[in-house]
Amino acid sequence: MITRRLFEALGARAWLIFIGFVALAVLVPVLHLVVPEGQPFHVPTFAVALAGKYLAFALLALALDLAWGYCGILSLGHGAFFALGGYAMGMYLMRQIGSRGVYGDPVLPDFMVFLNYQELPWFWYGFDQFWFAAVMVVLVPGLLALVFGWFAFRSRVTGVYLSIITQALTFALMLAFFRNDMGFGGNNGLTDFKDILGFDIQADTTRSALFAASSIMLGLGVLLVAFVIRSRFGKVLLAVRDAESRARFLGYRVENAKLFAFVLSACMAGVAGALYVPQVGIINPSEFAPARSIEVVIWVAVGGRGTLIGPILGAVLVNGVKSVFTAALPDLWLFVLGGLFVFVTLFLPRGIVGALNLGWLRRDRGSTTRAPTEPPHTDPAKAGDSGTAGRPATVPAAE
Amino acid sequence: MRLIRLLRFCAALLALCAPSTALAEEHPLRGQINALAEGGFDHVETIVGDLAATGDPSVVPTLEALGEGDLFYRKDDGLVVIAAKAPGRKYTLSDPLTDEALGEVKRSAVKKIKVNNKLRRAIKAALGGLTLRSPDAATRAAAAEAVFKARDADAIDALDAALAAETDSGVRALMTEARAAAVLGSDLSDDDKLAAVDVLLARGDQEAVAVLASVATGTGPLAAAASDAVTAINNSLALWDGAQSVWYGLSLGSVLLLAAIGLAITFGVMGVINMAHGEMVMLGAYTTFVVQEIIRTSAPELFDYSLAIALPLAFFVAGAAGFAIERGIIRFLYGRPLETLLATWGLSLILQQAVRTIFGPTNREVGNPSFMSGAFELGQITITYNRLWIFIFALIVFALLLLLLRVTSFGLQMRAVTQNRAMAAAMGIRTPWVDALTFALGSGIAGIAGVALSQIDNVSPNLGQSYIIDSFMVVVFGGVGNLWGTLLGALSLGVVNKFLEPYAGAVLGKVLVLVFIILFIQQRPRGMFALKGRSVET
Repeated sequence: MITRRLFEALGARAWLIFIGFVALAVLVPVLHLVVPEGQPFHVPTFAVALAGKYLAFALLALALDLAWGYCGILSLGHGAFFALGGYAMGMYLMRQIGSRGVYGDPVLPDFMVFLNYQELPWFWYGFDQFWFAAVMVVLVPGLLALVFGWFAFRSRVTGVYLSIITQALTFALMLAFFRNDMGFGGNNGLTDFKDILGFDIQADTTRSALFAASSIMLGLGVLLVAFVIRSRFGKVLLAVRDAESRARFLGYRVENAKLFAFVLSACMAGVAGALYVPQVGIINPSEFAPARSIEVVIWVAVGGRGTLIGPILGAVLVNGVKSVFTAALPDLWLFVLGGLFVFVTLFLPRGIVGALNLGWLRRDRGSTTRAPTEPPHTDPAKAGDSGTAGRPATVPAAE
Repeated sequence: MRLIRLLRFCAALLALCAPSTALAEEHPLRGQINALAEGGFDHVETIVGDLAATGDPSVVPTLEALGEGDLFYRKDDGLVVIAAKAPGRKYTLSDPLTDEALGEVKRSAVKKIKVNNKLRRAIKAALGGLTLRSPDAATRAAAAEAVFKARDADAIDALDAALAAETDSGVRALMTEARAAAVLGSDLSDDDKLAAVDVLLARGDQEAVAVLASVATGTGPLAAAASDAVTAINNSLALWDGAQSVWYGLSLGSVLLLAAIGLAITFGVMGVINMAHGEMVMLGAYTTFVVQEIIRTSAPELFDYSLAIALPLAFFVAGAAGFAIERGIIRFLYGRPLETLLATWGLSLILQQAVRTIFGPTNREVGNPSFMSGAFELGQITITYNRLWIFIFALIVFALLLLLLRVTSFGLQMRAVTQNRAMAAAMGIRTPWVDALTFALGSGIAGIAGVALSQIDNVSPNLGQSYIIDSFMVVVFGGVGNLWGTLLGALSLGVVNKFLEPYAGAVLGKVLVLVFIILFIQQRPRGMFALKGRSVET
């Protein structure tokens, strides 16, 4: 009974995606560790690290999809939440180095010794504990999104205005993190990590485990988004996306719905950053660069916003192409990326998945609808009666 | 020492025996200069003072070399020489008085005449006194400054002599100030010193404060007058400091205005988010570069007119690019601002990479025409000509744009289309055409901004990116759709930024401004000067 309810609450597609990622989480490490080198099915180390990085990006894209694809909040600053999550994880990894750093200081990371810090800044306390860092990975981006979103949505800053100030937000954070006085390693960021939870971060087994963790977290992310979207509350999100004023006039607290989606999305982005950092081995302020955040938007747009698999597909695809191009034809990559932006917005507004779903030829050519998918012509108040086990506490009450 | 003297005596004898050498008509100061080779620092200092007292400019190279540590003496004959390092552990020697080359010797053959910091100061003061009579006004001014810094009481006589002969009023003022500083350092009567305090008060800069502070301690009328003068100067300095910040802020604001004013048209009036706006600026800057390259190779005499030639070209190039972008991409995306944002961002990447491929990733050099280089002083503020011209230029562009919107029929059509597209179309205005031209206008103005910015910024493919966020901030802060708001927004953001910098540092100041704008937009989502009216949410 419970399983059936759970199944209905999330939909078959989400479960299929989840099972797929769990299978991936088992398969790739097995192929990497068990199948000996030289065999055709052996997965080399760099491929595991690369694929793990793609999955972290995919989680970030999924997070942005929740805000943009389902709620219409185009954030050009999601890289900030990603980077904050990454910094929280990086701080834990820095504390794990202990006295093995170049200067051998048992408490202070190398860059602090270098910059003549006498003692650990207060905001570094606690990061020697994994659980604390894990909480911060979610909490810090979530809090920033809460404060920022509370101000922004309450004053009805919408559309491009919101996009521009989110961009300013990540730009300001980038400038701030570039400063040495901030206590986050300035320009160089945090790097030279040694181990995570006591395991050597370079070891094949650790890499496999990190990959598996990324894969499973991504699967769980899909379930979470599916759960939110298919709940009654999710219908309100869609309504806000498609006709914000109408949703407000109908009595829904639009700003609360948006705030919830924005904060949840920021937390997911933070987790993605935390998964990204140990696999890449460095986090520095360039992750805050506005260009990085806009790139995330194109992943989602290419794959298809407002779908579950679209952003994941887009992130893996675009980054795969990027890896190929930056290695083979580095000069052409920006042409390709720029062309992708133009092409997708002009000819593929629903992304790959959206186009496949609707059928390329059946696309309504004269349509000027702004919604990425067909607006759901369902009244949110009526539509959510079935299968809403454990609906979010913030279901907006009709007033 | 005896031995050296003996040697020198022998050398002199030898010289006498060889009548063909130059020593027969020896320079009268040779003896004094050669005496530099002997004795301790105090001895050398005395000689330096004696040399300075001669007032003979021919000792200047010797003193300069001594101060730089290039003065040596030959161990075999004790002749003082200037030595420069030569390859192969050797020195090239030359005569300090006649500048005659004396060949190369091994390093061990010469010994350096050592100087310490006290001696260096003495040399500097001596040089200052010596060059006070130089025929070159700039040298005299520099010498007066040197005396001012040294506050050497011994220089008073030299200054008095120089003042009597001085004709240049600027140099005269400097000498008077130097004399005042020297008087305060001497043991002259208090009346003289009080007069000197007044002179320094009139000078009124940081260095005058330093001099006055040295006599402001203690009691008595002199100390009181000096400390009053210090307070007065400090007050006026603070005022000038503020004025300086205002000017820097206005200058930064004019740059922001130039970068943002085209955006005020495309974003503010048309509502199109053009993330490639910065690249239009970049195109303008590169147009300037190309124009200057052509002028350099084919008609160098036209260099001073290069900007005048580049302005219409940059307007045309960027405007044509804007026209193409509007016709090719943006017109399909009207009413979908988020998609416009993404597509134009993609365009900006393509344009950047295209410029990088054509012109290379490094900074290209764009020169200043003669009327834009240099600076002048206004009170205590140094104003560079290029900043001043850019400020004026920004205001001119703003005024022209305002006129264009107000009085021309194109401006009227533009405003009509912005306010009510359907009605404008019904009145017979070709709205798509107006859209394209408006966008081309905004882009063209960005191109013009590029010409101006090429004068103060690095012309590189990243030029545009550094302005795009600031430009959007200015337009949004000032109020979308309002040119006056853009003007006020740009100038006030510039000034606020420059006032924050001394307290918070350049980077943190910028962060604070960004945070302020983010908070401000959340309070007033439509900017400082929002257009009044009940526009329908689109």
